[in-house]
Amino acid sequence: MQTWSLVSICVLLSIIARWGVSLNSYSGAGKPLMFGDYEAQRHWQEVTYNLPIQEWYFNTTNNDLNYWGLDYPPLTAYHSWICAYLAKTINPEWVELHKSRGYESTQHKLFMRTTVLVADLLIYIPAVVLYCLYLTDGSSKKKVSVMFCFLLYPGLILIDYGHFQYNGVSLGFALWGILALGLGWDVLGSMAFSLALNYKQMELYHALPFFCYLLGKCIKTGLMGRGLFLLVRVGVTVLATFALCWLPFLAEPSQAMQVVRRIFPVARGLFEDKVANTWCSLNTLIKIRSILSGDSQLYLSLACTLLAVLPSCIRLLTKPTFWHFKLALVNSSLAFFLFSFQVHEKSILLAALPACLLLNDLPLMALWFLQASTFSMLPLFLKDGLLVPYIVTSLGFLFFSIYLLSALDHCSEDKLRLGAYNKLFYWVLKMDLAFIVRWKFYISIAAMVGLSIAAAVLIAPPHLPDLFPVLISTTAFLHFLGTFIHFNVVQFSEPPSRKSQKKSN
Amino acid sequence: MAADSCSWFSALAVGVSLLKCFFISAYRSTDFEVHRNWLAITHSLPVSRWYYENTSEWTLDYPPLFAWFEFGLSQVARSFDANMLQVENLNYASPATVLFQRLSVIVTDVVFIYAARECCRCVREPKGSRDILSQPSFVLAVLLLWNFGLLLVDHIHFQYNGFLFGFLLLSVAKHLQSQHLQGALLFAFLLNLKHIYLYVAPAYGVYLLRSYCFTQDNKDGSIRWSSFSLLRLLALGAIVTSVCALSFGPFIAMGQLPQVLSRLFPFKRGLCHAYWAPNIWALYNVLDKTLAVLGVRLKLLEEAELPLASMTGGLVQEFEHSVLPSVTPAVTLVCTLLSILPAAASIWLRPRGARGFLRCLLLCALGSFMFGWHVHEKAILIAILPLSILAVENREDAGIFLILTTTGHYSLFPLLFTPAELPFKVALMLMFSIFSFTALRKLHSAQGFLLHPLEVIYLLGLVAVAIACEVVFPLSPWQQRLPFLPLLVTSVYCAMGVCYAFLRLYASLLLQREDKPKLL
Repeated sequence: MQTWSLVSICVLLSIIARWGVSLNSYSGAGKPLMFGDYEAQRHWQEVTYNLPIQEWYFNTTNNDLNYWGLDYPPLTAYHSWICAYLAKTINPEWVELHKSRGYESTQHKLFMRTTVLVADLLIYIPAVVLYCLYLTDGSSKKKVSVMFCFLLYPGLILIDYGHFQYNGVSLGFALWGILALGLGWDVLGSMAFSLALNYKQMELYHALPFFCYLLGKCIKTGLMGRGLFLLVRVGVTVLATFALCWLPFLAEPSQAMQVVRRIFPVARGLFEDKVANTWCSLNTLIKIRSILSGDSQLYLSLACTLLAVLPSCIRLLTKPTFWHFKLALVNSSLAFFLFSFQVHEKSILLAALPACLLLNDLPLMALWFLQASTFSMLPLFLKDGLLVPYIVTSLGFLFFSIYLLSALDHCSEDKLRLGAYNKLFYWVLKMDLAFIVRWKFYISIAAMVGLSIAAAVLIAPPHLPDLFPVLISTTAFLHFLGTFIHFNVVQFSEPPSRKSQKKSN
Repeated sequence: MAADSCSWFSALAVGVSLLKCFFISAYRSTDFEVHRNWLAITHSLPVSRWYYENTSEWTLDYPPLFAWFEFGLSQVARSFDANMLQVENLNYASPATVLFQRLSVIVTDVVFIYAARECCRCVREPKGSRDILSQPSFVLAVLLLWNFGLLLVDHIHFQYNGFLFGFLLLSVAKHLQSQHLQGALLFAFLLNLKHIYLYVAPAYGVYLLRSYCFTQDNKDGSIRWSSFSLLRLLALGAIVTSVCALSFGPFIAMGQLPQVLSRLFPFKRGLCHAYWAPNIWALYNVLDKTLAVLGVRLKLLEEAELPLASMTGGLVQEFEHSVLPSVTPAVTLVCTLLSILPAAASIWLRPRGARGFLRCLLLCALGSFMFGWHVHEKAILIAILPLSILAVENREDAGIFLILTTTGHYSLFPLLFTPAELPFKVALMLMFSIFSFTALRKLHSAQGFLLHPLEVIYLLGLVAVAIACEVVFPLSPWQQRLPFLPLLVTSVYCAMGVCYAFLRLYASLLLQREDKPKLL
């Protein structure tokens, strides 16, 4: 079988999976007065279509920012605006100012779901296909296997096609950036990443590795000669892309400032809901929010985040190879997720994307983390009525990633990159680390399955209404922390196989 | 990738089962309500009322064993939602009901998966180890398990064909493994589950009588009358009679047989289904219509004399022909029998083992599809699925298979007309076609091309038809005036392909001297 036919079959399967999920309910379906993310996206279409661009981010009589006000960067707004034009030609009721609030119908759902699929087909899926074909090593069958698992990562599918968001766009742009850097097209890569940043500010989770990788590369090629030239080119590209995206808001400084204020809402607390990061998990032991003032919470989280990001970034700066870049992306986004301010459970997708990049190199660890990340969003899926697709996609992903990537067949210490632990703790030398890891994997999967069933079937006791969400977020937090530490260790140990070095040069 | 055959087969089976779960909340046809009603009837009424109950318009019209199957399902259904088991709850579709019914199709497909496994075991593997992806058994497993038509009809449209085809394929596999009694038993069960398989019964009858009851042939291949084994005939007879007795016995005892049979064979329906299946009658209807239009244009016919509503074709059940003679059930029966006769005679005169039988079975299925009364487009699957087995072994059959599946599968498109299911049918169809074309091409790569250039052009024309019907037509002004034009075009275009495949398959049976596939 030719590679093209296998690739197209994989892509078609992933489209079917995506569309299959999209037939299910979305966030806030039939739940007035606020509805959910679906209504937020529809409302942005309404606002961007009907109001002049100067009013988009301002609270005016026609734009109530308390009702799903626009709080994403300009590219999102432009995307909404394009979708609104299409919506208007199909059915003007969908984007009518004020009157369309909370509009729901089968046709409209179909339209909204289609816009997500189209965006994915244009941006995310081609990036995944090209990445797997050009930047993973192994036979073409291996590449296709990795692509299959990458495309079927359940978390992104469930959030984009179930819950309803356009993460595929921002993650897709970031992936185009990674792809371009991997192929050595640094200028194009930085442009793609700038677009990602301008679509969703959460892409800042990936910004430091991009910056450090490019800076490191400049330093390596000589800051006085070609390196400087590269630095200038990249800098100009980034500035130009940003300027282009922000063009309508640059006329008045107050406009730009308002957009920035909307994008970074520091006034909201350290965390909301139950999210699997450090602060929320600590909260079960210490009530940080009542001890510290808002500002000190902000500084504390900022300091912790920087501390957590620093090691992997410095490592990347000194060794700007693609292998370290991929690891730094995971480490940085996990550090942000675990320690930064105002994290949403969906932000774990930002760490999941770079983890998908490691599916070929570190299959077991990557798929373990990816599964945990899907699991961490279970309370959200339960709220949205996405239990069945959650079960189906998770089972499928787990089964096929283990089967196709033979994750459990090759878990020797070397393959799992556990060598560094032996150096760190001389007393574990005698233990079979690979064996322990494998059992830990089984136990953790069993725990996730058990908790998923419990959360779906059992009713929490009345005095502990949040029992299951807290248990789920704590379990997921432990997984994320473990992954974070492990990938940092891997990044600091020598890249053992020749393959990954070959790839980086 | 693990190389042993068990692991890839289970991966394919798990994969397709999970894929089926994606369709749980998709569109479902009235067949969903039909089966819910049958669950309710078999669960809440005594056996004596099963074939008399008519609260719902969807009365029980499958043979008794299927009713017992529904009875078995209803025992499980109770724990999902007991309300679906009340006969008065017409069109009841709570989320638990939908989940249960969908899962029941997915779970009973285990029979089909097992049958596919058995079929893969029967395939002759070429010598020398090759890549898994181009092994005949792997290709066959995908062609069967991931069959587009079955996914569409069972898991979106809603029916239990997978479970039934499981019996058919298992029985075919048993014949291929020379376990004829088991094969006959399975087929007897199948007939009592759904009587549409009566169409292929002649192949079974002739084959078992000729190749099982006569133990030896003369040297020139003709029948040796002295080798007749009465014991074998009695064994076969006992099996068939006892299964039928098990199924119909209680109803005969209650004196309800005429009522049951009147439910099973309703002849009130028209020549063609609402949407014409791509067979001879579709071509006949179109010819009639063309002649009528021409006649009016050339002033040979008076427009007022023609029957009304002849251009709205799609919805009218009783279709009156305006120029050509009208077709009665008796005519279709004669045509069907005539079309089957040469195939049956051929394996009687020159038996060519189980593969010859399989070819005859295919011709029976296709013959009745081509000429039958009130044929559903779904019936094409009876030919497509068993043909997969031949397609992976023989280059000639692979070519026929590609034409038949592509046209037959495309003719299923009108089954799903809701816009939300468009991505499913397009993506599934593309996936299956890409796989079958590339995999079969690779499999038979040593023996040249599978398709003639003209055949390729015909199949590419299908793409044009698809785009015209699904995209261009809904936007064009004809949408209002001729709403059934796409259905008509689809069935006529596909009918040509199916006819062609039928003729080629016939030629392969009659002209082939020995059914020995050439392998590498």
